[in-house]
Amino acid sequence: MIAFLLRRIGLLIPTFIGVTIASFGFIRLLPGDPVLLMAGERGLTPERHEALLKQFGFDRPLWEQFLDYFFAIFQGDLGQSLVTKEPVFSEFLARFPATIELSLCAIIFAVALGIPAGMFAAVKRGSTYDHSIMGTALVGYSMPIFWWGLLLIIFFSGILKWTPVSGRISLMFFFPPVTGFMLIDSLLSGQKGAFTSAVSHLILPTVVLGTIPLAVIARQTRSAMLEVLSEDYVRTAKAKGLAPVRVIGVHALRNALIPVITTIGLQVGVLLAGAILTETIFSWPGIGKWMVDSIFRRDYPSVQGGLLLIAAIVMIVNLIVDLMYGLINPRIRHTGG
Amino acid sequence: MTDETLSSTDQADTRPGGTKAVLAEFWHYFSENRGAVIGMWFFIAVILVAVLADVIAPHGPIEQYRDALLVPPVWQEGGDWRFILGTDAVGRDMASRLIYGSRFSLFVGLIVVALSLLVGVVVGLVSGFVGGAFDTIVMRIMDIILAFPSLLLALALVAILGPSLTNAMIAIAVVQQPHYVRLTRAAVMGERGKDYVTAARIAGVGPIRAMFFTILPNCMAPLIVQAALSFSSAILDAAALGFLGMGAQPPTPEWGTMLAEAREFILRAWWVVTFPGLAILLTVLAINLMGDGLRDALDPKLKRS
Amino acid sequence: MKLSKTLLGASVGALFAASMLATGASAKTLVHCSEGSPEGFDAALYTAGTTFDASSRHIYNKLVEFERGTTTIAPGLAESWTVSDDGLEYTFNLRKGVKFHTTDFFTPTRDFNADDVVFSFNRQLKKDHPWNQYTAGAAWEYFDGMSMPDLLKEVVKVDDHTVKFVLNRPEAPMIANLGMDFASIVSKEYADKLEAGGSKEDLNQKPVGTGPFKFVAYQKDAVIRYKAHDDYWAGRAMIDDLVFAITTDASVRHQRLKAGECHFNPYPNPADLEAIASDADLKLPQQEGLNVGYMAYNTKVAPFDNASVRKALNMAINKNAILDAVFQGAGKAAKNPIPPTIWSYNDAIEDDPYDPEAAKKMLADAGVTDLSMKIWAMPVQRPYNPNARRMAELIQSDFDKIGVKVEIVSYEWGEYLKRSKAEDRDGAVLLGWTGDNGDPDNFLAVLLGCDGVGGANRAQWCNKEFEDLIQKAKVVSDAAERTKLYEEAQVVFKREAPWATIAHSVVFKAMRKEVEGYKIDPFGGHNFYGVDIKE
Repeated sequence: MIAFLLRRIGLLIPTFIGVTIASFGFIRLLPGDPVLLMAGERGLTPERHEALLKQFGFDRPLWEQFLDYFFAIFQGDLGQSLVTKEPVFSEFLARFPATIELSLCAIIFAVALGIPAGMFAAVKRGSTYDHSIMGTALVGYSMPIFWWGLLLIIFFSGILKWTPVSGRISLMFFFPPVTGFMLIDSLLSGQKGAFTSAVSHLILPTVVLGTIPLAVIARQTRSAMLEVLSEDYVRTAKAKGLAPVRVIGVHALRNALIPVITTIGLQVGVLLAGAILTETIFSWPGIGKWMVDSIFRRDYPSVQGGLLLIAAIVMIVNLIVDLMYGLINPRIRHTGG
Repeated sequence: MTDETLSSTDQADTRPGGTKAVLAEFWHYFSENRGAVIGMWFFIAVILVAVLADVIAPHGPIEQYRDALLVPPVWQEGGDWRFILGTDAVGRDMASRLIYGSRFSLFVGLIVVALSLLVGVVVGLVSGFVGGAFDTIVMRIMDIILAFPSLLLALALVAILGPSLTNAMIAIAVVQQPHYVRLTRAAVMGERGKDYVTAARIAGVGPIRAMFFTILPNCMAPLIVQAALSFSSAILDAAALGFLGMGAQPPTPEWGTMLAEAREFILRAWWVVTFPGLAILLTVLAINLMGDGLRDALDPKLKRS
Repeated sequence: MKLSKTLLGASVGALFAASMLATGASAKTLVHCSEGSPEGFDAALYTAGTTFDASSRHIYNKLVEFERGTTTIAPGLAESWTVSDDGLEYTFNLRKGVKFHTTDFFTPTRDFNADDVVFSFNRQLKKDHPWNQYTAGAAWEYFDGMSMPDLLKEVVKVDDHTVKFVLNRPEAPMIANLGMDFASIVSKEYADKLEAGGSKEDLNQKPVGTGPFKFVAYQKDAVIRYKAHDDYWAGRAMIDDLVFAITTDASVRHQRLKAGECHFNPYPNPADLEAIASDADLKLPQQEGLNVGYMAYNTKVAPFDNASVRKALNMAINKNAILDAVFQGAGKAAKNPIPPTIWSYNDAIEDDPYDPEAAKKMLADAGVTDLSMKIWAMPVQRPYNPNARRMAELIQSDFDKIGVKVEIVSYEWGEYLKRSKAEDRDGAVLLGWTGDNGDPDNFLAVLLGCDGVGGANRAQWCNKEFEDLIQKAKVVSDAAERTKLYEEAQVVFKREAPWATIAHSVVFKAMRKEVEGYKIDPFGGHNFYGVDIKE
């Protein structure tokens, strides 16, 4: 197991260096002089131009800039945002909990609905239930979620007026962030109605972000379940007259869950990509929205740092999924690579 | 296209009878899946609409009727028969824009699939066949691309290249690349050691010929399924980029861009928001249905279950 | 608040928000749906209006302030001032008894005095000042942009309530400059405390000022909260709490305004204007913005060195068509190079008529035939020009009617700005300017002065008569006399036509009807001091 772990981590190192180069290269590939772009119509004197180039380090050889950047990363220094002049890392951390909160809710939503739906469809294979569940799942899988979000806003916020239009909590409530997770903070604040307000703000974004993972998980659960159900030991159990609930719930599900867990892990990238759209639509102050804003504001150090951190998160989560899979299913330890 | 039918020959079977048999078998399995057939017909309809847009569309896609701003669809109060699905904020006919928009979506899907398929297959083949350092480097590059969430990477790439439909297509093709490379490589690795390849090599077939004419045809099934998948996700990603203002630029009637322009009317004019999204959803759904059917028909393992 | 428990939990949040705004009896809260996040709270470090709204316009004061809704200077932290005869020394008598904010993180022990003024300027002026680089990458963009380092020799404390600014050369707009956001006065006592505690960067994140509102908290990308400053020297604000709900998306802002989740939408969508105007719960005041969109000929290149050629081309431009198609109603035709909200705007000037026939004839008289030219279209959206490419296309078709062939070119924005400065540039450039201090000098000298040739003067235009007028106006401090000089300069400008002046944007502010006393700021800011909420 240790050898497997080491090999996995060893594989990550070149990828991580590559990701660093890619995110570093990003800012250098942009057309035009970043300093001139910042100055706009107002322009700037040649001296000031020179000074700014120097300040951002653009006047030195590329490899020197890269080495500086690379070693600074290990001290948690990703440079300063051009817009706020604050460290990119703290800008990222300030917004990260909002994204985590939303993503966790979305994945819980997807798992809580997706696994039962997939199981049900598998058990009732070929029935109308199966067809309608799988049909719905495919619709969900094909959904342009930015449009889906708009439709939900029109319906639930515009027509029914059940949910608020955007934000994380009603402006009426104010308490200093403790954990950064609005659901927890609102409970800790002890203010009446704060928690319900936070929940009502979360519902639509959760549904929108959870839609595609939900569809994927339902489909994956169904096919994993079908595979397990056709295996001999399940047939045997059935033949022995064990109650169907027991067969399906205990024997089949446990084995079917292995590939499903992998699928859930692989949804992290999907969630982060979806967060870009979902957060933009709902003015959700997380990293997806921050990345889009930074791209539009041409805040290159933020874009660069954000890309790197997001890629690192995806890599770490994938590693954890791999390891978990290795734990559950020892066979792949020896073939992985 | 099962293992038995093809591994008996050293290249794609070109005898008329053989092809026919393969196709017939394929169609047999494909048509068993009703959804796939519906998806296929819908997809064909979209293609026809795109090709015949000039003939079908009642108006030009960017023609503005200043006297008819935000006219609702005909079945609603205030509708106008000139504009069946209503008009947008500057008086352009929604139906015509949607019809012309199908061209962009199909075009995006086609180009992205062609581009990533071509490059991905070549790189994957070479990588799997040559192995060694080249293979390692290629696979690490693919890992790097995969480490970024696809939409985010595409967004960043478009920011570098400048927002336009062409650049959006390039960015999406880059993002989808690794799937083809990995698939092809895995298939090549699987086939490389098989007897028919060895036999062909002994018989004096050169490496390039072996790669493209001996091995490639045997890896086609997963590639075709992947192509269908990436066709639909290319359409979705291009629409998402357009929605974020980084894809096709107005007044291009690309569906995602139309949605972005329509956002401000979300509560005032439901039709400008609803129809473009519905068009995206239905097209993508049709392709995914087809993709499912293709997978069932091509993948022998699932066929059994 | 009588809320039935049977209500759906989901709706509770929305209802709370709405009822909070409706029943403002206990504490009056004004919610401003701001368009973006502030870059920071030390206004001098930044140039964006969004940042100024969140910082200098509410938290800080300047020595002089612009009267609300005008470009006229009024006393601020300085009660009065005198200018020496040579125009080189400005002496300010500071207001006494001005209190800084008392907050969770700082309790002032003294009133505002000359040390604060000297500190606020010296940190920007002196490269070796301990606060010159207090955050990484600190740059005093506006201070530098207004040439303050060249202009300002020193800032001297005469006594606790007197400060003297010594200049290197006379500069009439100096007083106006000191009303700008970069001239906000920060607390030296607070800075000293931060320095001692080793947390200098808090000056930019937990601001303390003398302004009408004090900072409470900022949640990134979400909410900024302020409370009224009880001891504000000009009288306490009428509202108690000020909340900035950051809402970048224009359509979401509109929905929040309609739903009563906020009171004020600074930038309504052009598409929503009609709906807002007809909504009984909303108000929609409007005003010309402090900007001008223009097309600058290169007056150094033939045949554009001939004023009558430029004039002829100007007469061929159909401005009304541009206002419709590009500004969609949110613009006014420009006849002068300065907007009408700036003092000295010469309203007596007649705009060139739209007359393609006469234009054709003028060109022929000038001996110009078969003219073909380039028009540069900016790649970005600006208030003074929301769609440069469309504008260029319209001008292209206008010019086509008088037989002038136009090729439209564009470059990436940084490149565009750089290349358009070249003295031998080929073609006319679409560009614009947004004013900084409401002084005509800020437009006329910056954009059309001889110093600007090869730089911000995109017309490469250096006219002796015009230059003499604006140089004279720079050193005169009598307002009436300056007004006359600038009015005359505008006459020269119109006669010589180095630009085609195209449009000023019109700004709209959407708010709920209970908001009272709001005045549109000609500088494009949003200021809620003096605003009340009435039921």
